[in-house]
Amino acid sequence: MSDNNVFEVHDLQVWTASDNAPARHIVKDVSFNLQRGQCLALVGESGSGKSVTARALVGVAGDKLRVEAGTLKLQQEDLRGRSDRWWRKIRGKKVGFILQDALVSLDPLRPVGKEIGEALALHGWGTAASRQEKVYALLEEVGVPEAAYRAGQRPDELSGGLRQRALIASAIALHPDVLIADEPTTALDVTVQAQVLDVLRQMLDRGTSIILISHDLAVVAKIADQILVMQGGSIVEAGIAQEVLERPRHAYTRGLIDAIPSEHTKGQRLSHAPAVRITEPLRVSVPDDEVLLEASHIIKRFRGRTALADISFTLRRGETLGIVGESGSGKTTLSRIALALESADSGEVRFRGQPWSQASAAKQREIRRQIAVVYQDPLSSFDPRWRVEDILLDAIALDRQPLNQTPRERAISLLESVGLGAEHLHQWPARMSGGQRQRVAIARAIAAHPQIIVLDEAVSALDVTIQAQILDLLTELQTQLGVSYLFISHDLGVIHHMSDRVLVMQNGLAVEQGSADAIFNHPQHPYTRKLLASLPRLGVAEPACKG
Amino acid sequence: MTTHLSDYAGVKKPVTSRTFIGTVPFSVLLAAIVTLFFIVAAIAPAWLATYDPFSTDLTRALQPPSLTNWLGTDDIGRDLYSRIIWGTRLSMLIGLGAMAIAMSGAIVLGFSAALGPRWLAEPVNRLLEILLAFPTLLLALLFVALLGPSASSLLISVGIGTAPGYARLVRAQALQVRQSGYVEAARALGHPWHHLFLNHIAPNVFRPLFSLVALGIGQSVVWASGLSFLGLGAVPPSPEWGALLEAGKINVTVAWWLEVLPGIAIVLVALSFTQIGRFIQQRTEGETR
Repeated sequence: MSDNNVFEVHDLQVWTASDNAPARHIVKDVSFNLQRGQCLALVGESGSGKSVTARALVGVAGDKLRVEAGTLKLQQEDLRGRSDRWWRKIRGKKVGFILQDALVSLDPLRPVGKEIGEALALHGWGTAASRQEKVYALLEEVGVPEAAYRAGQRPDELSGGLRQRALIASAIALHPDVLIADEPTTALDVTVQAQVLDVLRQMLDRGTSIILISHDLAVVAKIADQILVMQGGSIVEAGIAQEVLERPRHAYTRGLIDAIPSEHTKGQRLSHAPAVRITEPLRVSVPDDEVLLEASHIIKRFRGRTALADISFTLRRGETLGIVGESGSGKTTLSRIALALESADSGEVRFRGQPWSQASAAKQREIRRQIAVVYQDPLSSFDPRWRVEDILLDAIALDRQPLNQTPRERAISLLESVGLGAEHLHQWPARMSGGQRQRVAIARAIAAHPQIIVLDEAVSALDVTIQAQILDLLTELQTQLGVSYLFISHDLGVIHHMSDRVLVMQNGLAVEQGSADAIFNHPQHPYTRKLLASLPRLGVAEPACKG
Repeated sequence: MTTHLSDYAGVKKPVTSRTFIGTVPFSVLLAAIVTLFFIVAAIAPAWLATYDPFSTDLTRALQPPSLTNWLGTDDIGRDLYSRIIWGTRLSMLIGLGAMAIAMSGAIVLGFSAALGPRWLAEPVNRLLEILLAFPTLLLALLFVALLGPSASSLLISVGIGTAPGYARLVRAQALQVRQSGYVEAARALGHPWHHLFLNHIAPNVFRPLFSLVALGIGQSVVWASGLSFLGLGAVPPSPEWGALLEAGKINVTVAWWLEVLPGIAIVLVALSFTQIGRFIQQRTEGETR
């Protein structure tokens, strides 16, 4: 059995080694054995030390980190204290590395075929002509159609999925025994993600071992044999994938699993954090089914390309309309038109029956107070010169409702409503965590008592546990304030968890529209079915281990 | 910090604050001292000067630097050190004034090119492109020729000559800020246009320009001295630095100090402002994420 061990790691430790700061212990006592043809997943949130661990394994941790290990063996060979020269021969040949963002990992000025050929040439593989053949074969192997044509294209001419596959092709060019994949599908749409995962599974079948680093347990569930759950640099749980996912023993693992929104979580809290005390006054909202926002036959073209083709939807008081689609489907354009930040070529959006998208600028400003927005990247939506207090006071100044508090008191009560407090008033958003920033953005959105909040990929950039907290907060706010959400996301799980009704978009077309349960349980359109089939889920794992 | 949040949220460690002096490089400290010296010289030259800059003493003509005349004397026995000190005010005023004119022109042109309606933005853009095609010196010479040589026309000419470059910077910055997320967010909140401009666009456009102003003052001093040296600016007996260079050039073979020392004064001022400007630039750019 031991000669089957590809990677043996015992007591791996990583410290920061900086001259002017005390050393921090960022990876503690990591141990595992990885066998041939198996997939080991390192799971954890950002900052948990999973990427650092992966880098330490292949000697690319960098000068700023100090790495120590009791055992660190790749196929019986000790990896400790090796020179850069030695490593260069090993990397690529025995260990392949796939990074998260293919666009920055590939040379933007070189055709991808050249890039892959380079990896071969570096290790003296074959002749120029045989390398060319090999590159085409590799591209076909990872599922790139028309390999010869694609090899001549630069990374920016390829779609995200093709780019990621080209990167995998370059990583496996020399048939390494181990492939380390750091968040290989994080930036990808679900259908593309499913394709990339298929490629990785084929690699496993051929006997390659994979170390997969991911924050997404659902992705991990699809291909991992073993799972290591990391928190704050330590392994909190380790075991056979199915067991860890189905019977997690550690509270942290359970929290991670429970935080994943899906059809089963609808109406439930996702996070284990206590509910916030919403100090906003209860909005006595009669469920009167009033249509707040009505878009009819929206058409928008950009330079001859149709971004939106005849989209219509309605948003009623107190409900959530989910708009789901892959990148380039036009959902962000639709949200900008719904916010009247962009004008449609034809069609109209009305707010409570009044003209909105086609109203005068002065009239639009009047209505803007009723329709707030929260963006994916809250930091870029804050003026860099402003502290939290400035941001909130600015929004409060637009509120027309009579205040029985000073603006400052109101700012504090808004912060409390989103789970922050007076101590955050003087903070710089740039110094806050992603979750805290998004809470500030939500506080700003509710400051002027809006009827509608447009959430444009508002939780997409967050870790799953933080995402769970924000989704819980949004649900609480909706119950309390009776506000309607236009919830835009590429994440089907999030959409299902949040939405009453769903609009599915593809290439600027609304392919399907209906109640969330109808869409998710009985999808009519083939595209919706494809999306749902691509969605990795917990509990439907198809383990790749072959014993 | 609410405990339940920070458990999850992984609050960023506050940046360790060090003492201000400790983080300022030596060259910048030196530049600050030099700048301070010349600022005092500009405001109160009598405090620093050792002689009257205009009093002549033919018996002490063309004396080399010594303990009595620190930087020597010129062809009619005027103390060079005192003349440089008294000339500081004019040279610095020309630098500052030229910069003020350049920036006001740049702000008007840059903002209208970036944010103005099409009928305004397009012609302004073309005008800027035409002006940028001319070398700065040529543009400045043109205006000196139109206005006649004097300190005030020098200030105006250098200001106009350098304005197009700054206008391009203002325009680029304004275009970028206008498309930023925070301007859109403020618009979505329902703020009117003038609020967006005054609270978000203008301040964020100016922020990176502060360092350029410091850099530009030093450069303007050099431009102005150059024009004065050509006899196109301040006229004798003014102790303006360019004029000093011009007056000294006939005696350069017997009295090197008349050329070298005012030249050093110009270089020192230009370098100091540049150092300080670059320092501000690094600091402010480091700050914005």
